[in-house]
Amino acid sequence: MSGTKEHALAKAARETAGVVLSECYQCGKCTAGCPMARYMDLSPNQIMRLAQAGDDAALERLLGCEALWYCAGCLTCAQRCPRQLDPAAVMDLLREMAHRRGKIPAAARKVLAFHKAFLATVEHGGRMAEIPLVLRYKMKSLDFLGDAALGPVMLAKRKLPLLPHCIRGRGEVRRIFKKCREEHRP
Amino acid sequence: MKTLGYFPGCSLEGGGIELDLSVRAIAKAAGVELREIEDWNCCGASAAHSLNHSLAVALPYRVLSLAESQGLSEVLAPCAACFSRLKGTQVRLTRSPELSQRMQEVVQRPYQGGVRIININEFMASLLEAGLAQKLTRRLGLKVVAYYGCLLSRGQDIVTGDDAEDPKGMEAAIRAAGCEALPWNSANECCGGGFSMSKTGAVLDLSQAVLDEARAAGADAVVTGCPMCHSNLDMRQLELVKRRRVPGALPILYLSELLGLAAGLEPVALGLDRHFIESRGLVRGGV
Amino acid sequence: MARIGVFICHCGENIGRTVDCAAVSAAAAKMPGVVVGVDYKYMCSDPGQQMIRKAIIEQKLTGVVVGACSPRMHERTFRAAAAEAGLNPYLLEMANLREHCSWVHSNQAEATQKAIDLVRVMVAKVRRDRALRPIRVPVEPTALVVGGGIAGIQAALDIAAGGKKVVLVESGPSIGGHMARLSETFPTLDCSQCILTPRMVEAASHPNITLMTYSEVASVEGFVGNFTVTIRRKARYVDPAKCTGCGDCFNKCPIKKIPNKFDAGLGQRRAIYVPFPQAVPNKPVIDAAHCTMLQKGKCGLCAKVCPRGAIDYQDQDRLEKVKVGAVVLATGFQLWDHAAYGEYGGGRLRDVIDGFAFERLASASGPTGGLIKRPSDGKEPQTVVFLQCCGSRDDKVGKKYCSKICCMYTAKHAMLYRHKVHEGRAVVFYMDVRAAGKGYEEFVRRAIEADGAEYVRGRVSRITRRRDGKLVVRGADTLAGRPVTIEADLVVLADAVVPRPGSEKLAQLFGVGYDQDGFYSEAHPKLRPVETAAAGVFLAGACQAPKDIPETVSQASAAAAKVLGLFAKPELEREPVIARVNRTTCAHCRACISACPYGAAKDFDIVDRAGKILRAVADVNEGLCQGCGTCASVCRSHSVDLDGFTDEQIHAELNAL
Repeated sequence: MSGTKEHALAKAARETAGVVLSECYQCGKCTAGCPMARYMDLSPNQIMRLAQAGDDAALERLLGCEALWYCAGCLTCAQRCPRQLDPAAVMDLLREMAHRRGKIPAAARKVLAFHKAFLATVEHGGRMAEIPLVLRYKMKSLDFLGDAALGPVMLAKRKLPLLPHCIRGRGEVRRIFKKCREEHRP
Repeated sequence: MKTLGYFPGCSLEGGGIELDLSVRAIAKAAGVELREIEDWNCCGASAAHSLNHSLAVALPYRVLSLAESQGLSEVLAPCAACFSRLKGTQVRLTRSPELSQRMQEVVQRPYQGGVRIININEFMASLLEAGLAQKLTRRLGLKVVAYYGCLLSRGQDIVTGDDAEDPKGMEAAIRAAGCEALPWNSANECCGGGFSMSKTGAVLDLSQAVLDEARAAGADAVVTGCPMCHSNLDMRQLELVKRRRVPGALPILYLSELLGLAAGLEPVALGLDRHFIESRGLVRGGV
Repeated sequence: MARIGVFICHCGENIGRTVDCAAVSAAAAKMPGVVVGVDYKYMCSDPGQQMIRKAIIEQKLTGVVVGACSPRMHERTFRAAAAEAGLNPYLLEMANLREHCSWVHSNQAEATQKAIDLVRVMVAKVRRDRALRPIRVPVEPTALVVGGGIAGIQAALDIAAGGKKVVLVESGPSIGGHMARLSETFPTLDCSQCILTPRMVEAASHPNITLMTYSEVASVEGFVGNFTVTIRRKARYVDPAKCTGCGDCFNKCPIKKIPNKFDAGLGQRRAIYVPFPQAVPNKPVIDAAHCTMLQKGKCGLCAKVCPRGAIDYQDQDRLEKVKVGAVVLATGFQLWDHAAYGEYGGGRLRDVIDGFAFERLASASGPTGGLIKRPSDGKEPQTVVFLQCCGSRDDKVGKKYCSKICCMYTAKHAMLYRHKVHEGRAVVFYMDVRAAGKGYEEFVRRAIEADGAEYVRGRVSRITRRRDGKLVVRGADTLAGRPVTIEADLVVLADAVVPRPGSEKLAQLFGVGYDQDGFYSEAHPKLRPVETAAAGVFLAGACQAPKDIPETVSQASAAAAKVLGLFAKPELEREPVIARVNRTTCAHCRACISACPYGAAKDFDIVDRAGKILRAVADVNEGLCQGCGTCASVCRSHSVDLDGFTDEQIHAELNAL
């Protein structure tokens, strides 16, 4: 390792995502198998390539792209990569950086809103709670009408708990959230 | 009676309740006691690993620690995502003492690394090995396709003992239920996962593709193990039917529901009445 | 009484700038046993050598030390000079004052002192040198070539043309190898069999070449110049002396549907068969596993119809020994099995084929008469997708290396398909196009620009078969940054090039090394590409590494040249720096026999005059010993020593320091 030159992103990729970016030879098998690639503005292999480049302009494109938010975490890329790399893990890292930076592309805001709504309910009671999640999500995404008909049906089918279950250890969970948030402050 | 730790996960209390009902019912029929981890918390699912890599490990860590402290050395997590998060974390903690140490400081609980996580396919296979087949008296005679989705087929150190490209983990159970597992092309194709609300269009596209392949293979039903997949293929199928993107309704069953039916249990007890796509008719056709 | 001469070379500025050569020669002159100590600008020059020769004669020297460059440079030169002056060349040693001294130090005083020390060490050694005679090993001027593909055929022809005899052994019923299976060859699109078959015939009819087809090497004994190789002549059940190749037998054989390996399973043959119509020798063999007569005693039709009575069901494998002086291994390659790629169908999709299968489809003498047809339903494919690097450049499944020939043969396949199906679509998924040979880049551009092949940069993630028989190929275009899906009728995978099964066992028989992928190891990757660590065993062709036909032919001719060089003299002269066993003290513990990396240490029986065995000891085969000294270091009784590097000498060198 002593001979390789590593920029900051490459170091973070290696330490956090467990991926040595220089090993990617841009074969594109990740893009080829990605179920969400058709919705992405940058393809998975392009994300890997820009990450390899790692300069400020590349980072700007990476952190501002929509593609990061559309990764389904399906692991197809990691499963088939001939260099045994994990592009999804690199996406996770970049997404975290993008979130910290704060400039999210408009098209991806709903995805972030959903994740945040989900985590907010977990932080509150220790478990995900559907009704609070949906309410929060709709407030953040301003998507009030979407899936409106489903709510009553879910209730009727008894698939929607009315009262969220708060665990005894919810205080612990809150402290965990706080500590993890502090670790990630820029 | 054998005792197994049980981690329902958040979805099994809500949208995935059929999975909880049917797993508990079939475990009972097989004589296995499921002991729910006391005071368990959410595993973090996609949201945690999407936004904060420490949180993504810390939340499962608490669960593992609780299980260990409650004497549960083996834990069943029927939800494929929970399974993937819990087992993935367990593997990472084993490999990195630094990570273990850091998590202990964050969560303020000890964990020695002694909990084994199993998924629904492994659970069903173990029940069969322990003699469940004798209890499957109702031969259903269905042609089904086994849908593993992403997290019950992939993840090299997580899903072990099966072929990621040609998974067979459900086949023995399907055959034991008197059904035929048809060969088809979408056994491990993604349904769209957690994008059900935030990018519904993608879920509709991907789920439609899975349903099309299932129909092309001649299936009477799709058998799945993941509540996310079930929701995308079942709840969202209504939308596809309404928009005429699929020709008709194809029932989506959990593997545990299939085995429950084969064991002669009542469909309502297994949760079949709560599906969006009517599934109770499958039994009438059975012998 | 020692009379040593020490000659210090300045080597121009190379040594002289850092080492005070005059001081060294003066110091040397005072060392015990030294009678002459001089220094000169260029010892290796004519005047320099003349100085040495003159001193040997006039001063009656018993040994010489030349302090100069590395012995790898000029030891031979100086030893020849000594020999000319009548001094046994092995009584001359070199002290390395350049690579070991002046070139690695900068402090003059320290370098000069070190040079003096180095000279003193070599003087101590030379005083204990003994005169040695080169070892002479007789050479059997017959070569064995293992493998009857283009590499083996070329090597055999070249050795035969040099006037020496060759035994050409081929495991299949016919020579020709893979080249006989090809349709056309890149970059000229020559018909492969048309350029190959004349050579096959020449090899079969050359008076110096003995062809042994349907035969394999069973065991090997001996050493360079003197190998005894036992060859298993497999039972053909057809007497080649009587058979005329008329074909009545295989035309009548009732067992018809055996998948033909020559046609990559796309064609069929009979139980009695000739692998292809242009086979050499054009005499059939019976595949015993599928012959009902040989398995159950029923049928016997071929014997009934044969007009010459050439069928012999009683035939058996025979072992035949041949004595050869050199061996060329030319066993070639095969294609890796893509069943390991579950995402490409796991080998279960009939319309996903490998490169050889496509060659057989394209070949005019192939199972479809040169028409491209889908194996599943025989229809002409309208879209063919070619995948490069299938199993190559892959750390996860397959091999890490590049298989070298696939970029070129895929371009060729795309062209052949487009020539035959004018409205067809050829799509090539590639990573990098490697077209480095003569005319190769132009060939690939022709495929794209003149013949309309579509090149898309990106690997394919998955291939599935739709109900309607179409193959859905999900690939990527990395340059445009998007996934690309093609509905294909036929998919051709450029599978990795790997060595043939059994190649490792063969290498072990000959003492040849191989790497983790099974390719045979050359003696030096840059400068000795056809020699191996085993003296007298050479390599040619793809068994050493993936390569195309021009490189194979070049390498085969190179191997032949080495063989002819070996055979140029009736005896081989070998450096006498080899191990020697003291039979009196040897306890026959066999440690040296286990330790010797060259198999040169062996058991030896000491017999009395009546032939009764008195006892056994170890002994050294002078032809095989490479003088590495491993035996000497493991011998517990100090019974083994190395001529030219004895224990006594080494101790003296150390003490001199």
